[in-house]
Amino acid sequence: MAVLTDRPPVAVPAPRRRRDPRALVSRILGYAVLVFFGLVFLYPFVIQLGNSFKTEPDAAANPLSPIPDPVSLAGFERIFAGTNFPLWLGNSLLVTVLVTVGRVFFDSLAGYALARLRFRGRAGLFAAVVAVMAVPPVVLLIPKFLVLNQLGIYNSYTGLIVPLLADAAGIFIMKQFFESIPVSVEEAARIDGASVFRTFWSVVLPMAKPALITLTILSFQGSWNEFPHSLVAVQDPDLFTLPRGLADLVSGSLGKGSQYPLKLGAALLATIPVAVLFVVFQRYFVRDANDGSDKG
Amino acid sequence: MATEALAAPATTPAGPSRRRRGGTRGNENLAGWLFVAPVVVILGLFLLLPILMALWVSLTDWNGQGSPFTRDVPFVGTENYTRLFTEDGLDRRDFMTSIRNNIYYVGIVVPAQTVLALGLALVVNNRMLKGKSFFRSAFYFPSVTSSVAISVVFLFLFANSGAVNRLLGLFGIDGPQWFADSRGVLHLLLGAVGVDDPPAALTGGGPFGLSWWDWLSGPSVAMVSIITLVVWTTSGTFMLMFLAALQNVPVALDEASTLDGASRWQRFRHVTLPLIKPTTFLVVTLGLIGSWQVFDQVYVMSQGDPAKTTLTPAYLSYRTAFRDFDYGSGAAISFVLFLIIIVLTLIQRRIMADRDPVGRRRRWWRRRAPEGS
Repeated sequence: MAVLTDRPPVAVPAPRRRRDPRALVSRILGYAVLVFFGLVFLYPFVIQLGNSFKTEPDAAANPLSPIPDPVSLAGFERIFAGTNFPLWLGNSLLVTVLVTVGRVFFDSLAGYALARLRFRGRAGLFAAVVAVMAVPPVVLLIPKFLVLNQLGIYNSYTGLIVPLLADAAGIFIMKQFFESIPVSVEEAARIDGASVFRTFWSVVLPMAKPALITLTILSFQGSWNEFPHSLVAVQDPDLFTLPRGLADLVSGSLGKGSQYPLKLGAALLATIPVAVLFVVFQRYFVRDANDGSDKG
Repeated sequence: MATEALAAPATTPAGPSRRRRGGTRGNENLAGWLFVAPVVVILGLFLLLPILMALWVSLTDWNGQGSPFTRDVPFVGTENYTRLFTEDGLDRRDFMTSIRNNIYYVGIVVPAQTVLALGLALVVNNRMLKGKSFFRSAFYFPSVTSSVAISVVFLFLFANSGAVNRLLGLFGIDGPQWFADSRGVLHLLLGAVGVDDPPAALTGGGPFGLSWWDWLSGPSVAMVSIITLVVWTTSGTFMLMFLAALQNVPVALDEASTLDGASRWQRFRHVTLPLIKPTTFLVVTLGLIGSWQVFDQVYVMSQGDPAKTTLTPAYLSYRTAFRDFDYGSGAAISFVLFLIIIVLTLIQRRIMADRDPVGRRRRWWRRRAPEGS
C-alpha cells in the first residue's frame, strides 16, 4: 500500500508538478528548443524581407541584419520597371485561377463518380488513379514536352493550363470525402426524380464544402508554385509564370551581378499570396497533411 | 448475439437499395463515364500517353526537329540505355556522377529530415508547453512556399559573404564559397586527417567508369547547401505526419509506463517509437521517393555546377534533352530514374511488411511526397 500511495504524484498531470525542479528544467529546455527552431525556420524570411528594402551595398555588407539602413525602394522599383514581373504576375494569376476552378470541378465530378456511381470499369479506373499518384512528376518532364509538341500546343496558354486541369490526388481526396457522406440524402433526391448531375450539383456538392475548400487551397498553392511544368510547356518569355520568371531572373541573363534586393523582393512578392492563404486557412493545410491518418 | 444484432440492420437497407440501383444501372453507367470523362481525357492525354511516347523516344536518336514519330528518326534500340551503363564515355561519366551525387543527397536528406521532423513533433506535442500552434505553423510554413522563391532566398543566405558565412564568422569559422566549392565533404574530412592525395588503390578503375576515389567523395560543399535547404523545407510536412501519429498514442499508455518507472528515453524507445512505426515508415518512404526527384532547387541554385557535383539524374535528363537536344538519352535517364524510385519503394515496403505484418499496406500511396524534395 505504501508503495501505491507513494507513486501517484508521478502520474499527476503537468501543472501540479510545476514545483518539481526537473519538470521546470525540461520546460525551459522545451521552450529553448522551440525558440531556436522558430528562428531557424522563420529568420530566413525576416532576412528576405529586410534585405529586399536595402540598397545593394547595404545588402552585401550586412546580410544578417533584418533592418535596412537606409530604407530603399530601388529594388521594388526595378522589379516593376526593369523586369517582366507584371506580366509574370498576370500569367500566374490566369493559370492559377483556371487550374484551381478546373481541378475543383473535374476532381469532384470524378471523385463523386468513383465514390457513388456504379459504372463498368470503376474499380479499374480507381486503380489507375492510384497508380498515377505514384508516378514521380519529375520523370514526366520530357514526356510532357513530347505530347505538347505533338499536339501543337507547346508554347501556348493551352499547353500551360490544360494538362494541369485534373490531378489524381485531388480526385482521391474528393472520393474519400464523398464516401463519408450518408447515402440516404442523395437517395431521397434521386427518388424525387432528380438527375444524377442535379443530385450531385445541388445536394451532394453543398455538403462537401470542407473538402472543396481543402481542394481549392491545395490547387491554388500547387498551381501558383508550379515550376517544372512551365519549364517544359512554354519557351516564350511572354508566357512565363512567376516561378519561371523568377528562375530566369536568377539563372538567366539577368542573373549576372548580385542585385540581391531585387531578387529577394521578387521572391517575396511571389510568396505573399500563398503566405496569406496559409495564415487564413491554416487548418485546411494541416488537415491535408494529416488526411490519411484521419480517414484511416 | 451482439454481432447478429449489429449485422441485421446493416443488411436490411442494403437489399432494396441495391435492387433500386439495378433499375437505373444503364443510366448510372452512362453518368459515371460522363463524370469521369474530363479527368480520363486529361490524365490519359498528359500522363499516360506521354509516358508511352517517351518510352518510344528513348529508343531513338530524336534531336527535337519535327515529329519523333516519323520514319526519318533513327531507331537505335536500347543503345541510349546501354550507353549509360556499359560504354565508357562522357555520357556514362555524367550519369554515374549524377547517381553518386544523388545517393549522397538521399543518404543525408532522408535521415536528417526524418529525425528533425520527429524531434520537432515531439517538442510541439509536449503537453506542458504553450504557444505550440504558433511554432507548429512556423515549422510548416516553408513547406508551402514556392521552391523557386525559397531557392532564391537560400542563394542569398549562402552567398560568399552572405548571412550563413557571417553567422559562422561570429563563431570564428571561415565559411566556404558555398556554390563555387566542388570539394567533396568526405575528401575534406580525409584531408583533415592528413590524406590529401588519393591512395593509389583508389585512383584505379572503380565501377561504371568512375574511380573509387570519385565514388567516395561525399556530397560537395555546394550540394551541402542544397541539402540544407531541402531538409529545412520538407521537415515541416513530415513533422505534421509525426504529430498526427503522436496524438494517437494513448496518454494512458505513457502514464502507465511512467508508473512502471520507465525513464523518458525508455518510454520514447519502447512505447512511442513502436507505436508510430507505420508513420516513420511512411516518412522514410516518401522521403526516398521525393529526394530522388530533386530538380527545382538544382535548376535555380546551381544548374549542376560546380564541376557537376550538384548534377542529379532528374536535372541531367532535363539538360540532356533541352540543352543538348539529345531527347533519346534524356528520356532514357528519366526511365532509369523512374525505375530507381519504384524499386526503392518496393524494397522498403517488403522490409516493413516482413517486420510488421499488420502494416498499413494501403496507406503508403495516399500521400504525395512534397515535390522537389
